[in-house]
Amino acid sequence: MQTKKIINDGNRAVDEMLEGVLAAHPRHLRSADGSPRSIIARDGPRPGKVGLVIGGGSGHEPTFLGFVGKGLADAAAIGNVFASPPPDPIVECAKAVSGGAGVLFMYGNYAGDVMNFDMAAEMAAMDDIEVRTVLTTDDVASAPRDQRQKRRGVAGNFFIFKAAGAACDQMLSLDEVERIARKANDRTFTMGVALSPCSLPQTRRPNFEIGGDEMEIGMGIHGEPGIARGTLMTADEITDEMLDKILAEMAPKRGDKVAVLVNSLGSTPLMELYIMNRRVKQRLDAIGVSIHATWVGNYCTSLEMAGASVTLFHLDEELQAMLDHPCDCAMFRAG
Amino acid sequence: MSIDSAGLKRMFDAIAVAIEADKDRLCQLDGVIGDADHGIAMALGFNAVRDALAPLDLAATEPTALLNTAAKSFLNAVGASSGPLYATAFMRAAAAVKGKTTLADGDVVALFQAMAQGIRDRGKAEIGEKTMIDAWQPAADAAGASNAAGKTLAESLRAALAAAEHGAEATKDMIAVKGRSSRLGERSLGHIDPGAASAVTVISAMRDSFA
Repeated sequence: MQTKKIINDGNRAVDEMLEGVLAAHPRHLRSADGSPRSIIARDGPRPGKVGLVIGGGSGHEPTFLGFVGKGLADAAAIGNVFASPPPDPIVECAKAVSGGAGVLFMYGNYAGDVMNFDMAAEMAAMDDIEVRTVLTTDDVASAPRDQRQKRRGVAGNFFIFKAAGAACDQMLSLDEVERIARKANDRTFTMGVALSPCSLPQTRRPNFEIGGDEMEIGMGIHGEPGIARGTLMTADEITDEMLDKILAEMAPKRGDKVAVLVNSLGSTPLMELYIMNRRVKQRLDAIGVSIHATWVGNYCTSLEMAGASVTLFHLDEELQAMLDHPCDCAMFRAG
Repeated sequence: MSIDSAGLKRMFDAIAVAIEADKDRLCQLDGVIGDADHGIAMALGFNAVRDALAPLDLAATEPTALLNTAAKSFLNAVGASSGPLYATAFMRAAAAVKGKTTLADGDVVALFQAMAQGIRDRGKAEIGEKTMIDAWQPAADAAGASNAAGKTLAESLRAALAAAEHGAEATKDMIAVKGRSSRLGERSLGHIDPGAASAVTVISAMRDSFA
């Protein structure tokens, strides 16, 4: 049986969504001339500023296009559902936001994205735009600790993009922006749990099977299998399992500060996210780690998947300043 | 036999039909160890190629230009992993037959080998890493050996298909080290790689179209 969705045509879903996004946020967003899959910030790109281009597959809204705006990303290249954009819209983003100080590409570490963004970087170089790349690799469950460079980028993108976008907005050099982006990535840790599958608009079939009483810890934001499947536990038990893994790697000292993101994968409601956040607070209080800021809600979704992720961003003075720097995007504001 | 641009267009049309018919199976294979969209991406790509080739004046279009059109249309319709991989395959194929208006058996085999090499270079994959290269590389090797032994194109492509099928089947016993399924480690064992499975479908349609 097909899943239920409010769509017109699965193959047109991404483009129709973009039409709706531009209709809703004309003050913040436009598409590049002749390139409807290149979403550009109205305010932000300017001469002398490093341009920040993010992007990836659709289906994770508000990631990526919701984080385009002054103080955060200058543009997002939009792919099909769960598929990297091809090089052309990425190159158009780079051209639209280049202010002569270089462009930084940031996106989650997936083989398809790497190939397409690398091809785009080569094409932009032919137009004399210097492009650097920082991949996000915050998903603790996706590879062992000694292979951090192999990990996926998931909801922690939110903090990593935020830090890099603030660095760009402060007119720092491409070297400095890249350094801060890498540091932010190194200090961001995410764990997810999935309870029920999502379905692609084109197939409208669940993209994995899971028992009625089961959960999967560590599942990716495209339904990639995680590290363990088991019987559904309580919110506190699930949160503890995630935090045990995250804190073991992050190794915070008493008095350290973090920012917290409790994120829904799509259909898990705020009530459940706040129950998880309650436990996050208890655990961090118990080890003397203070919470500088918390976000709870839909920040990096996987269509209608049920489940959630917890991200901790291990702050230092510099990253805290970047996090506190104001930004004004269509689907996110800070400061 | 000799193949001209009209013959190459028929080949792409045949691949589009075969992939469309195989779309659901490929998505299901991908759902087991990936994100369930491989059939969609492949169908999108080859349908875009078919649409881009349809208006071409084939009498005035050399094989190289046709293959480059195929590459660009596939890439921009798909993105994903299969976009750059197959686009690079077609661009290398275009380069391999540059300057020719009709292709002899050996030229088609060279085109076929260039496709496999392009996929291998772009994806930086080696045999045994549970990717489409596990079908493409043995297929290219078999086609080359068969051609060198003086066999016809149809015989060479038959050998290529048999090698691709064998290679795709062998991915069941491999642990993925490239692409999205590599994060699964040993949990990828026992499942055929969807990219290798779709390579068999592509090669099979190529064989049928030149038989």
